[in-house]
Amino acid sequence: MKPAPFRYVAAWTLDQALQLKAQYGDEAHFLAGGQSLVPTMNFRLTQPAVLIDINRLSEYAGVKNCPPEGLRIGALTRYRNLERDPATARDLPLVHEALPHIAHPQIRNRGTIGGNLAHADPASEMPAIVLALAGKLRAQSVRGERRIAAADFFVGALSTALEPDEMLVEVELPVAQPRSGACFLELARRRGDFAIIGVACTLRLDEQGRCAAARIALCNAGDTPVLAAQASDSLVGRRVGAAEIDGAAELVRRSIEPGGNVHASKEFQHHIAGVLTGRALATAVERAGAA
Amino acid sequence: MTTDTHDITVTVNGTQYRRAVEARTLLSDFLRHDLSLAGTHVGCEQGVCGACTVLFDGAAVRSCLMFAAQADGHAIMTVEGLAADRDHLHPLQESMRDCHGLQCGYCTPGILMTMKVFLEETPAPDEAQIREALSGNLCRCTGYQHIVEAVALAAERLRR
Repeated sequence: MKPAPFRYVAAWTLDQALQLKAQYGDEAHFLAGGQSLVPTMNFRLTQPAVLIDINRLSEYAGVKNCPPEGLRIGALTRYRNLERDPATARDLPLVHEALPHIAHPQIRNRGTIGGNLAHADPASEMPAIVLALAGKLRAQSVRGERRIAAADFFVGALSTALEPDEMLVEVELPVAQPRSGACFLELARRRGDFAIIGVACTLRLDEQGRCAAARIALCNAGDTPVLAAQASDSLVGRRVGAAEIDGAAELVRRSIEPGGNVHASKEFQHHIAGVLTGRALATAVERAGAA
Repeated sequence: MTTDTHDITVTVNGTQYRRAVEARTLLSDFLRHDLSLAGTHVGCEQGVCGACTVLFDGAAVRSCLMFAAQADGHAIMTVEGLAADRDHLHPLQESMRDCHGLQCGYCTPGILMTMKVFLEETPAPDEAQIREALSGNLCRCTGYQHIVEAVALAAERLRR
């Protein structure tokens, strides 16, 4: 189908974009990569009165190194550029591993990290990854700016903590530390499809080889990206071997509430979540030992 | 609601066009209806099938997931811009013909545009890389086998 009529405004400055959003609130949508928004407009599931094109705000496209917090990724950074940036493989191995799973090359050529996160599809990869990395999201409005922890940002299916006048401008992600390992795995019917289940995990070992910190997050396992807190905590302070991994996988399997769909039953999603968690943790431990 | 129109200047296959477009006009429809460049095919209009793939500032994108108004000041290449002239097809087109890489041909323009950039960035791809690069373009006729062979042959011809 074709989109319903709307007013299109290309913003040249952040101030202009924020003024418009403050004026129109929920009636207006930001247009970043448009790879999730435009399909919903073509279906007329989304009918904004005003579309604020923010693609010209080039100062919000790109990756900045900001020690000690880590990397600050502009909301308008396209996945194409993250894939081609050597800093991604070096500093954000979890993101690097997940990028090829995010839709198709043509979508990644256009899609932005900020648009992906603000769309907040629970089946999407990047929300779970930002959650696993305990990232921070910087939102700006005419009223000022605030940083939102990933755990507080995703509040429901396609729903975030952003206020109607706010724009997501930057994502802060920590860089990989020594003795840390990460792994992203997903199962999909076809390359580029949404995951039946995806698992992102990060893990850091102390000098004795015990787990100092762990975070496991899943996509398509509930209404939001899901942080498996109990499973993650079960690893901390322990030497992570086969028994610990099996235990954490079982906790993940029991804690999630996937919806089931035409591609996979709930039972299958539970099963796959356990299998992938086990594999991802084993790989992350191995990588942490080598890092 | 009154119609929201925008004056845009866009370069398509090296030719500059100035047009007034409605805000909601998709880039795919603009190319087909306003510029009469019907080589860009429209399949699903939801970014899944890849038939409408064009090059936007040199990158393969879904033209059904962009608005024509966004193309103001940008350069686009469609399948009409691929061949050097009427008598000389692009090596990708030659190879698709030689390997029987198409039957109904509906998906072909999107595949050609996707593969053009892919082969520029990956001049000597293996089969797995070709299949990965083709993953965003659906073809319901060929089973992909002949398309993969055509792309491999085109890569060889382009390297010569």
